[in-house]
Amino acid sequence: FARVEARPSRFSTDEKPNTFEEISNYNNFYEFGLDKADPARHAGALTVDPWSVEIAGLVERPGSYPLDDILKSVTLEERIYRLRCVEGWSMVVPWIGFELRELLERAGVRPAAKFVAFETLVRPEEMPGVRSRILDWPYREGLRLDEAMHPLTILATGLYGEEMPKQNGAPIRLVVPWKYGFKSIKSIVRISLVETMPATSWNMQNPREYGFYSNVNPAVDHPRWSQASERRIGSGFFAPRIETRLFNGYEEEVAHLYAGQDLKVDF
Amino acid sequence: MIAQRINGVLRPVPTGFVYAAGLVPLALLVWQAATGGLGVDPVKAIEHRLGELALQFLVGVLAISPLRWWTGVNLIRFRRAIGLLSFFYVCLHLSVWLALDLQFRWAEIGADIAKRPYITLGMLAFVAMIPLAVTSTNGAIRRMGASAWTRLHRLTYLVAVLGALHFLLLVKAWPPEPIIYLGCVLFLLGLRAFRALRRGG
Repeated sequence: FARVEARPSRFSTDEKPNTFEEISNYNNFYEFGLDKADPARHAGALTVDPWSVEIAGLVERPGSYPLDDILKSVTLEERIYRLRCVEGWSMVVPWIGFELRELLERAGVRPAAKFVAFETLVRPEEMPGVRSRILDWPYREGLRLDEAMHPLTILATGLYGEEMPKQNGAPIRLVVPWKYGFKSIKSIVRISLVETMPATSWNMQNPREYGFYSNVNPAVDHPRWSQASERRIGSGFFAPRIETRLFNGYEEEVAHLYAGQDLKVDF
Repeated sequence: MIAQRINGVLRPVPTGFVYAAGLVPLALLVWQAATGGLGVDPVKAIEHRLGELALQFLVGVLAISPLRWWTGVNLIRFRRAIGLLSFFYVCLHLSVWLALDLQFRWAEIGADIAKRPYITLGMLAFVAMIPLAVTSTNGAIRRMGASAWTRLHRLTYLVAVLGALHFLLLVKAWPPEPIIYLGCVLFLLGLRAFRALRRGG
């Protein structure tokens, strides 16, 4: 890996980050298999260079944006964020990335746009998991435009000062730290600005269990398990569980986005 | 012919050997845990492995009678050991969930048991196994009488279905493993139903 220069950020937590080994060997990336160790085993085959992201829909400058070109016009920062998985575990990850807002502004968001839709690469010859019909590929995610423009929302291209490991969503992935991990879509090839709420993979798979918003919220349980607390990966056999915080602890920054919304309904 | 030969080979094998062999996966698990061989989240790995072992022994128990009916291979002598091993692994699985995963947070544990179907089913399976384990001795069979004992131990069928559903309802999406376990359980119960119907008719 090449070292990546990045500025520190005021948004970083001072909690202790998980190790590189933990972060890169415990991944839900179903395109490479269902087991959390599968992505580390199989993602090596993924070709990430050249890479471009298609920006489409309600933008002034639609088209294919080569990754090198995207990276020339942005400021990379290190963002040490908490990551809370919907399954009840969490990590702290020192991402390197830039605010999604910068790229969206470069493409020029049209006033009619209300949502941003994302798609992951589908390349069956390099992604053994997409041969199974576990999800309706491509993996899709979405954000409301104000969520997408929020300074906490980043596109990450590295972690621990190095290029993004393939199993973590190389070469470019979304990170939305106040939402469950599955919202932070990996290996993005397409970003569309749209007028209506886009379909998202887990919501399509099980709408009763996975809502569009999927904000971390200890008061709104997953139908099959509690979200009140979490286990921090790598903290040892007897480390106490951690109380899960509203918006994964980013309440101060993002609560205003949901003023007037009932988070039990808009889960 | 082959069945008789297999039975002949197994005849001198003491049941203690089955207990010992059944503990090998536990020893392996402990060794892996001690040497960091369980990956990044060892608690989950242990919890899942113990549950999986319990299910595997349960499927083994259910396979013994059909195996005898259709192949003549007779493992009945080992069934108690396999059943008790299953119960042993269920107990460990439950203990790990209570102690290492939920860490005796009783409010969450209680809510989970009452509200989460997969945990409710898993707890029911555990509870239903207790009378089976308690009456697993020769003395219990004698006291109860063979027919009452046999009736009670049909609970095993319920336990197996509950156990397999417990696994299926816990996963996201539809991965193959829990479907395979449930398929095995239903197949083995189906064989019994098939035989009972044929004999009855």
